[in-house]
Amino acid sequence: MSSNEILKVLDLKKHFRVRGSLTKKVKAVDGVTFSIEVGETLGVVGESGCGKTTLGRLVLRLIEPTSGRIIFDNKDVTKAKGRDLREYWRNAQMVFQDPHTSLDPRMTIASILLEPIRYYNLKVGDEEEFLVKQMELVGLGREHLYRYPHELSGGQKQRVAILRAIITKPKFVVLDEPTSSLDVSVQAQILELLKDLQRKFNLAYMFISHDISVVKYMSRRMAVMYLGKIVELGASDDVFEKPYHPYSKFLLAAVPIPDPKIARSKTKVLIKGEPPSPINPPAGCRFHPRCPYAIEICRKQEPPLLEIENKHYAACWLYHKK
Amino acid sequence: METIFRLLRSIIWSYAKLREKISPGWIQKNSSRIKEWELMAYAYSRSLIGVIGGVIVLAVFILAVIGPLLAWEPYWEYKIVYDESLRYRGPCLPPSCTGYPLLGTDEWGRDIIAMSLYGFRISFVISIVVVLLGAPLGIILGLIAGYKGGVVDEIIMRITDIFLAFPGLVLAIAFASVLPQRIRGFLEVNNIARAFFSGLFGLRQEEYGQLAALLSIWIAMVIVWWPGYARIVRGSVLSVREMPFVEAAKLSGLSTWSILFKHILPNVLSPVLVMMTFDIATATLFAASLSFLGLGPQEPVPELGFMISKAGGYFPERSSHVVIYLGFILLMMALGWNLLGDALRDILDPRTRRAIEYRLEKEKKK
Repeated sequence: MSSNEILKVLDLKKHFRVRGSLTKKVKAVDGVTFSIEVGETLGVVGESGCGKTTLGRLVLRLIEPTSGRIIFDNKDVTKAKGRDLREYWRNAQMVFQDPHTSLDPRMTIASILLEPIRYYNLKVGDEEEFLVKQMELVGLGREHLYRYPHELSGGQKQRVAILRAIITKPKFVVLDEPTSSLDVSVQAQILELLKDLQRKFNLAYMFISHDISVVKYMSRRMAVMYLGKIVELGASDDVFEKPYHPYSKFLLAAVPIPDPKIARSKTKVLIKGEPPSPINPPAGCRFHPRCPYAIEICRKQEPPLLEIENKHYAACWLYHKK
Repeated sequence: METIFRLLRSIIWSYAKLREKISPGWIQKNSSRIKEWELMAYAYSRSLIGVIGGVIVLAVFILAVIGPLLAWEPYWEYKIVYDESLRYRGPCLPPSCTGYPLLGTDEWGRDIIAMSLYGFRISFVISIVVVLLGAPLGIILGLIAGYKGGVVDEIIMRITDIFLAFPGLVLAIAFASVLPQRIRGFLEVNNIARAFFSGLFGLRQEEYGQLAALLSIWIAMVIVWWPGYARIVRGSVLSVREMPFVEAAKLSGLSTWSILFKHILPNVLSPVLVMMTFDIATATLFAASLSFLGLGPQEPVPELGFMISKAGGYFPERSSHVVIYLGFILLMMALGWNLLGDALRDILDPRTRRAIEYRLEKEKKK
C-alpha cells in the first residue's frame, strides 16, 4: 500500500438479511475493492439500488460490513470501536443527500455546528467568532448562525451540512449525492464549493452520484457500480471516452447531448429491462440478462475486475482473453 | 383572543429579557426561537377550545394550590358532635338561610364545598404526578427499545404487551389492596416523607394511614400507566432514528445516550406531550374510580371519588346535589385537560401550525 493512499477498501461486503427468511439475503455490496489517494476524488456512479449509498455508509462504518477490510490512513478501522472509531469519524466525514433531513429541525445552525466541536473537544477559542469564520468558508454569514434549518433554502442547508462535515478538519469526506435534491442552478454552486474546499484543505472525496456527467466533472477517477459490484474503474476521462464494460456504455449513452447534430450522429444503444433483484442476483456476470454482447461464459462464471489498460479496470469476459 | 395573544407574548418577552440580563446577546442568538414561541402563542390564542381548556386548567390549578388553605372548615372536625341537625342538610340558597352551607353538608355535618376544596388538591396532585412519573418511565423504555432494536426491543416491548394486555383497573386494584400496609409502616418511621406527602396532598400528618392509601393508588397507577408511552415513543423513534441527522450526529462524535436525548427525544416529544395532557384527564377519573371502589383513603379524608361513593348510599333523596356537584368538578378537571390537549395537538403539529402562519401572513397583506 503506497503511503499516498488515505483509504483502502478490500473485498467489502454487506449482506442484509431479508425479514422473515433465514437464508435469503440482499447482497447490497458484494465484494468491492478500491482505494483513494490523499486529496483525490473517486466518483462512484450507478443506478438506484446498485448499492452505492450503502457502500458510502459502509466505508464510514455507519453500518457494519459483513466481511472485508477498511484501511484508513494505514490503520485498519474495520473493527474499530469506541475511541478508535470516534478518531476515525473525526477524520472521515459525510455529506448526506437530502439537507432537509440531515439537519436536526429542532436545533439552530450554531448548535448543529457546535456539536462536532464540543464532542471532539476541538480547541477553537471563542466559539462564535470561530463559527462566523467557518461560515464564511461556505459562503454563509453570521446572520444564518442562529436560525433554524427550515428558515434556510435548500442550497444554504447543504452548505451548512458541508461545513459540519469539514469543521473537524477531516482528511476524507463521503459525498452521498450532495446535489441531487437541489435546484440545477444551486447544484453548480455546491459543486464549485466542494472543489474549492478540496483544494483548500487537501480533502479526499468519495463522490457518489447517479449522474455520470456530474461524476466526471467532479472526479479524476470513477467507479461504475452495478448490483453491488464495481464493473469498471479508471480515470474519469478514460471511462468517459472509452468505456469497456457494456453497462458503462449504456450509462454513457443515456447522458443527454445538448447538440442535436452530434446526438443524431451517435447510434443510441438502449438498455433493456430492469436491474434484477439483489436478493437473488443472476449467476455468472450479474449484467448478462440485460447484456446484448453476452457470451456463454457470462452465464456461468463471474468475471474478475481486470486491468485492461493502464489503470483502467473492467469486469467483463469480452476483454478477458486479450 | 387578541388579549390572550398579547398576554402570552408579554410573558415570552419578559422571559427573553430576563435571559438577556443574565447573558447579554441571548435575544439575538435566540430570535428564531422567540419567533417560534410567538407563533405557538398565536396559534394557541386562535383556538377557542384551547383557550377555554387553558382557563379551566388554570382555575383548577389555582384552586388545587390554595384549596386546602382556603377551606373554611377543617375536614377532621365532625360538626354533628355539637349540632346533630347539621347532618345531611340540603342545599340552601341565600338570602333565605345565610350562614348555612350553600350546598349542604355530609353525614358528619361538614360543608360540602369546603370538603371539595381538599378533594381538588388530592385529585390534581395524583393525576399530575402519575403522568409525570409514568410518562418518563415509558418514554425512556420506548427510546431504548426503538433505538437499540433487536433483542432489547423484543424484551421491552413484550413486557409492555403483558402490561397492556392486563386490565389496568384490575392490576391497580391488586396493587392498591396490597401496598398500603407497607407504605404505612414506612411513613410511620420516616418523618420527612410523612411531612412531604402530607403537605403535598394538603392533609394532616396524623393521617399517615390515609396517606399510605393515597400513595398506593398513586404507585399502582404509575405501574399501569407507562406502557402506552413506551409504545407510542418506540413507534416514533423507529421513524426518527432512520433520519440522516441521527447518522450525522453519530459522525459528530455523540454517544448513543447523547443522540437519544439531544436528537431523538425532542423530535418524538410532541405526540407524547399531547398524550400526557389527555392522560392527566384520564388519571383524574381513574384515581376517583379507585377510591370510589373503596381502595383509596377512608374517613375523614375528603377525596372526591370517596365522597361520591358515600353520597351514593343516600342517593337520590338526600344527596343528589352532592353527586351532581362533585361529578361536575371531576368533569371540569377532565374536560379542561382534554380541551387543552386538543389545542396542543394542533399547535405542535407543524403542518397545521404552518397553515396558521400562512393565514397570519395573508391577514397582514390585507
